[in-house]
Amino acid sequence: MKILVCISNVPDTTTKVKFTDGDTKLDTAGIQWVINPWDELSLTRALEIKDDASSGVKSVTVAHVGPVTAEPTIRKALAIGADSAIRVNAEPSDAYFVAAQLAEVVKQEQFDIIMCGIESSDYNGSMVGSMLAEMLNIPSISAVSNLKVENEKPIVTREIDGGKEVVSTSTPFVAIVQKGIAKEPRIAAMRGIMMARSKPIKLYEPVAVDALTSYKKFELPEARPACKFVDAENAKDLIALLQSETKLI
Amino acid sequence: MENNVNLKSGEFLVKDVDANSIFIPEEFNEEQKMIAQTCRDFLETEIFPKLDDIDKGDRVLMKGILHKAGELGMLGIAVPEQYNGFGQDFITQMLVAETTGAGYSFSVAYMCHCGIGTMPIMYYGNEEQRQKYVSRLATGELIGSYCLTEPGAGSDANSGKTNAKLSEDGKHYILNGQKMWITNGGFADTQVVFAKVDNDRILSAFIVESNWPGVVIGPDEHKMGIKGSSTVQIYYNDVKVPVENMIGKRGEGFRIALSILHMGRMKLGANVIGAAKQTITDSVKYANERKQFNTHIANFGSIKHKLAQMAIRTYAHESAIYRVSKNVDNLLEQYKAEGCDYGHATIDAISHYAVEDAILKVNGSEMLDYIVDEGVQVHGGMGYSAEMNVERGYRDSRINRIFEGTNEINRLLVVESATKRAMKGEYDLFGPAEELYNSMESISDNTKAGESYFEEKLRYIKNFKKAIILTIYSTNKALGKNLMSEQEVVNNISDMIMDLYIGESLTLRVKKLEGLKGENPILKDIIDVFLYDAANNIRKHAKDAIYSSIEGESAEKLNKAIMILTHVKGVNTKDARRRIADKMIENNEYKF
Repeated sequence: MKILVCISNVPDTTTKVKFTDGDTKLDTAGIQWVINPWDELSLTRALEIKDDASSGVKSVTVAHVGPVTAEPTIRKALAIGADSAIRVNAEPSDAYFVAAQLAEVVKQEQFDIIMCGIESSDYNGSMVGSMLAEMLNIPSISAVSNLKVENEKPIVTREIDGGKEVVSTSTPFVAIVQKGIAKEPRIAAMRGIMMARSKPIKLYEPVAVDALTSYKKFELPEARPACKFVDAENAKDLIALLQSETKLI
Repeated sequence: MENNVNLKSGEFLVKDVDANSIFIPEEFNEEQKMIAQTCRDFLETEIFPKLDDIDKGDRVLMKGILHKAGELGMLGIAVPEQYNGFGQDFITQMLVAETTGAGYSFSVAYMCHCGIGTMPIMYYGNEEQRQKYVSRLATGELIGSYCLTEPGAGSDANSGKTNAKLSEDGKHYILNGQKMWITNGGFADTQVVFAKVDNDRILSAFIVESNWPGVVIGPDEHKMGIKGSSTVQIYYNDVKVPVENMIGKRGEGFRIALSILHMGRMKLGANVIGAAKQTITDSVKYANERKQFNTHIANFGSIKHKLAQMAIRTYAHESAIYRVSKNVDNLLEQYKAEGCDYGHATIDAISHYAVEDAILKVNGSEMLDYIVDEGVQVHGGMGYSAEMNVERGYRDSRINRIFEGTNEINRLLVVESATKRAMKGEYDLFGPAEELYNSMESISDNTKAGESYFEEKLRYIKNFKKAIILTIYSTNKALGKNLMSEQEVVNNISDMIMDLYIGESLTLRVKKLEGLKGENPILKDIIDVFLYDAANNIRKHAKDAIYSSIEGESAEKLNKAIMILTHVKGVNTKDARRRIADKMIENNEYKF
């Protein structure tokens, strides 16, 4: 069995977001790029499954749609333990574009389980996984919080309102993964870092895809006003504030 | 212009260096960054959530953490591959030391194991000893410690009383004695123990296993800081040490001990950067959150001054650390090419840079003490609360000025090593110094019209060098062999040399970086403030040294020359510091 983990290259979650070009582009100056946290957990789980010999999983590959500048992030995934990587050499424009490129990769390479983080921490579109499954005409399971493979048979647990449900599915399928899929992301060990040097990153040129959306403008949320404290003994001031500033009463 | 990699230890005092020839931390490759990230991830997952538990001094917990570090390969960074390590170059080792330096007590346990606990065997041990011990220390199967200090032998390490007597059958040394301040001692499996064979004057070194009969481990000391690191006394009562466990030759122990201290100083110099950056970021975040008088305290000039000063010292020190790391790597390669094995090549290369390692040890430990002190101050009352990490950092930092050779010893070593090497003819210090002394009355600061920013700053540095060698020459002339016993004067000279080396490394780094990535005005603010302060410090120390050892007209002539050589343009340090602080306040972390 082969697992594919789709990874996004996203700004570190502590990044102070700024925009350029009339607020139509992210200002990438000084940004530290990381593997999208949901994807990193997916990769961790995929490797745990592969580590269990009874799963029947023989390899874990990561795929990324992005320019050459994303290679350090891909190399990190290889250092964590992925066996090989694929990079589609294109600037990702939207979820449809990314899903179309990944669909092409899956068609060419044939995987049994395709794991996508439920969202990426940059644009949080939550669309790529389901679009990919649709394009490939294969099942998809969303909000996956656990994935086991026993004798090549996947057993999937997904989060539902107030509980969990356990489902089985045929392969290939797309698992759209929640954060609970693994406890902590796996740390790249020294041996993994050394081995990542010689692991292959296969390059795909992008397939032509219609541009369905484009960014008009980004806006940052308004800065939160400072919190005002009112002494517990001073109800009059509180009432005055509720009347004059919040107009709630 | 000299290529930095060709400089001998101390030669920076007399040579001008090409900025492009120094290594700067902005040149780390992807693999080095990934290794640092692994260390950082390890701190985030294994250390930071457990800081309070670690500080309770649970030996089992700390040993378990070291084992986990071993599983990730973190204990084998400096160990060659044939002994289960990863054979990383010295720059990478220093980057790892920096990153793990943010780990409070763990950092001390980790550095002890990887450094003084493992490297004496790696550098000086024979093949059997390396296979038997180093290959297991590199994976964490064994945890190491280093036993040099005794109740009566601290800075004067060779005066130890621990004794090793050869048994009648010639198969064992019978070890008797007592060691103290042994880091990791409570849970270490192996000890590198220094003792005198029979009535030898000089120490020898041995590998002792902690579970051998007669080895008695004392309880953990109650310490001011680094409470999570085990520190014990160890007693040896007729311990039978197989003769094959002597490291190196009989009587080689003192040399081993001193060489290992050189390595420890370099690594400590890197270690403190991690703690410094962590404390600065904690302080910036707090200043951005804490409000008084209806405004964030980050908006106050006094707070900005502190944040900026913390950052200036850290950035400057970091520049020197990676500059000398590349020197070590180059010399190591040269020794290997000359046929030296990896162990000896490495320790000889590190030990060669004795002037620089003493500078980095003193400057780094005092820098961190300043930073944790001001970090507590920025936090106000909360900084005094054990709830905050700055309180822990404040206590943990203090040991750095004491271990790996006290700062008092190391200040003497800066000057002693620099002058000894010059006297041995490794580089020419006294020639140019004498020339300068004889032409003192015609000294100028060599200001040139229309000089560029970096031309001006490097001229300052050239003048500082002249001020220093003039002070060394004139005090030497006046005091002769007595100079080294006039410790206050030596301290003056040592502080001048430190400011020079750190300031030069900072200026060369920013110059190189500007060539690679374009101008960053904040970094020029850092240079401006640092060199302005350095000029005043160097002037003050030179005057103190001169007036403390020379009298009359000569002293006045020297003073005049020093005034010229330490003249720098005025700097609006208030605005420069504010800009530096504002950048960090905007980023909410130590970042420019």
